[in-house]
Amino acid sequence: MSQQLTNLESLRSALQSAMADDETVVVFGEDILDPYGGAFKVTKGLSTAFPNRVFTTPICEGAIVGMANGLALRGMRPVAELMFGDFITLAADQLINHAAKFPAMYNGRVTLPLVVRTPMGGGRGYGPTHSQSLERMFCGVPHLSVVAPTIFHDAGKLLRAAIASDGPVVFIENKLLYPLRQQLHSTATIQHDVLDPEAEYPTVRLRNFGAGDSADVTLIANGGVSRFLPSLLERLADEEIRLQAVLPSVLSPLPPIAPLAAAAADSGRVVIAEEGIATNGWGAELAARLYESCMGRLACPIVRIGAMPTVIPAAKHLEDEILPSETTILNAILKVLS
Amino acid sequence: MMIASPNSFTITHQLAEHFYAQMLLIRQTEQQFLELFAQGKLNGTVHTCIGQESSAVAVVNAMDTQRDIIFSNHRAHGHFLAYCGDVEGLLAEVLGREGAVCGGIGGTQHLHAGNLYTNGIQGGIAPCATGAALAEKMKRSGAITTVFLGDGTMGQGAVYESMNIAALWQLPILFVLEDNGIAQSTPKQQEHAGDLSTRAQTFGIQTFTADSFDVLALHQTTVAAVGLVRQQQCPAFLVVNCYRLGPHSKGDDTRSPEELAAVEQRDPLRQLELQIDPEQRQLIQQSVQQRIQAAVQDVLGRPFISREGKE
Repeated sequence: MSQQLTNLESLRSALQSAMADDETVVVFGEDILDPYGGAFKVTKGLSTAFPNRVFTTPICEGAIVGMANGLALRGMRPVAELMFGDFITLAADQLINHAAKFPAMYNGRVTLPLVVRTPMGGGRGYGPTHSQSLERMFCGVPHLSVVAPTIFHDAGKLLRAAIASDGPVVFIENKLLYPLRQQLHSTATIQHDVLDPEAEYPTVRLRNFGAGDSADVTLIANGGVSRFLPSLLERLADEEIRLQAVLPSVLSPLPPIAPLAAAAADSGRVVIAEEGIATNGWGAELAARLYESCMGRLACPIVRIGAMPTVIPAAKHLEDEILPSETTILNAILKVLS
Repeated sequence: MMIASPNSFTITHQLAEHFYAQMLLIRQTEQQFLELFAQGKLNGTVHTCIGQESSAVAVVNAMDTQRDIIFSNHRAHGHFLAYCGDVEGLLAEVLGREGAVCGGIGGTQHLHAGNLYTNGIQGGIAPCATGAALAEKMKRSGAITTVFLGDGTMGQGAVYESMNIAALWQLPILFVLEDNGIAQSTPKQQEHAGDLSTRAQTFGIQTFTADSFDVLALHQTTVAAVGLVRQQQCPAFLVVNCYRLGPHSKGDDTRSPEELAAVEQRDPLRQLELQIDPEQRQLIQQSVQQRIQAAVQDVLGRPFISREGKE
């Protein structure tokens, strides 16, 4: 059953099925061939199954994404892997000035079905240049989509949607989510539903209370921080605090604001959490949009949680202080409730 | 070689006239752009290839424009016109009028027609072109890809990343270096160590060298390079030594009068003119002039493009 898959298994099986279903899908990246199968093993088995369409590349992130752009312009559906999300800066020109520009600046006369997959996030002690969540730097780039599954999304389905899309997508995979099992259905304590089931990249809602009640607080979060939610929802349920977590899977452009604003207004108290730096981040844009939409219905200012604005230390105890945790999110929730 | 046939004299003459007409069309279209700019009718900027038209014409005519692919850069009018000859579409593009090839969004540096793609970022098109070459190789279309680079662009790492992969994977791509010896205002000697023409050799890519002064010889060299790329399904590097007679864009030429006079002597259009029958030359000149005048009149009479209905 699909809900039994880990995030990694879901992504791997999506790549397999996408390549089996469509021979224009080609996969590129560093060290992705079997037996190694990629630094995080998402591509494991692919080069054995599709030896002519899986390419291991030299270390050249700019050219990896640039080549993918050329393939996409010529009718292929490239999926490029960047080994660590931190390396995406080396491909920024290809993403911002090529992938996101070609269809628009040629007045819609070309499509650019590109997916750049890359793992982001810390918590593994890799230090300043192998732990960041840089997706916010690509949020707000016109005509570029940024998608990030949580453990409450079917990651493979999102990846298939990204591959099927005719525009460029940066697909963020959080390293700590890879081994976690996806949770796609309600449990005894957590109600799981999808706000917009028809959307290409749906938004999941989790509640630790029954339908019909209003939430005390709304947490809007994405990607890696979703790993804190099973515990957080249960802890707050024990305290009789009704929490609803709203988890968009597309970070940029933001999904339609009305359902998010309705969820925010339902509780009147909002916390936004992301693993990346909060300053000038995804949450900053989201908060601004919520203020524009429903400021009068908020009981208190929105609180944003993210990494502290500094480099991510390698030493575990120092790294823990910099990155958001279950505790920092819990404290923010208690703050908006007080 | 295509010229070594019994009636090579006739073929050479036909080719010379054909090339002359195309080069003149490019030259006069760009001169028209500069004039329209001076009149305040053309907004923004244009990077002309005045003096380098022969490179565009020789290279593009060596390709199979029905299926081959071209990537070009900020100085792309010549490549565009040699490829599709759409003077009206290009004029409309730089003037923001109806009928523009890219809806007035792309302007002079960001053009697309058929299998031609241009972008204004130096070097960024090199990996895109390499990817296009891989796509065509995977599709077994038989198409090759040509990417036009300038000497200034040889400072970009993306170019060498692309050459490495193109050679490693044996992709059918022709890297064309239009070496005019100057990047915007900085002479080549102040930007590059070593010899640019040897850059591809270390990747095992065969290098061809020619001069833009003689368009027919340049064409012959390009035919050989294109033949290698297509038949062997491998990359090649074509170095075209050329001469930028005009400024980088407009009014930004800091070269001395002596330098300019020297490059003036290397004008391929004037050189080719000497090889064309005077009567024929006059006919071509009249026809090109009429074509451009009519296009300008037509396009200036069209309405400006509206953003209505666009996201």
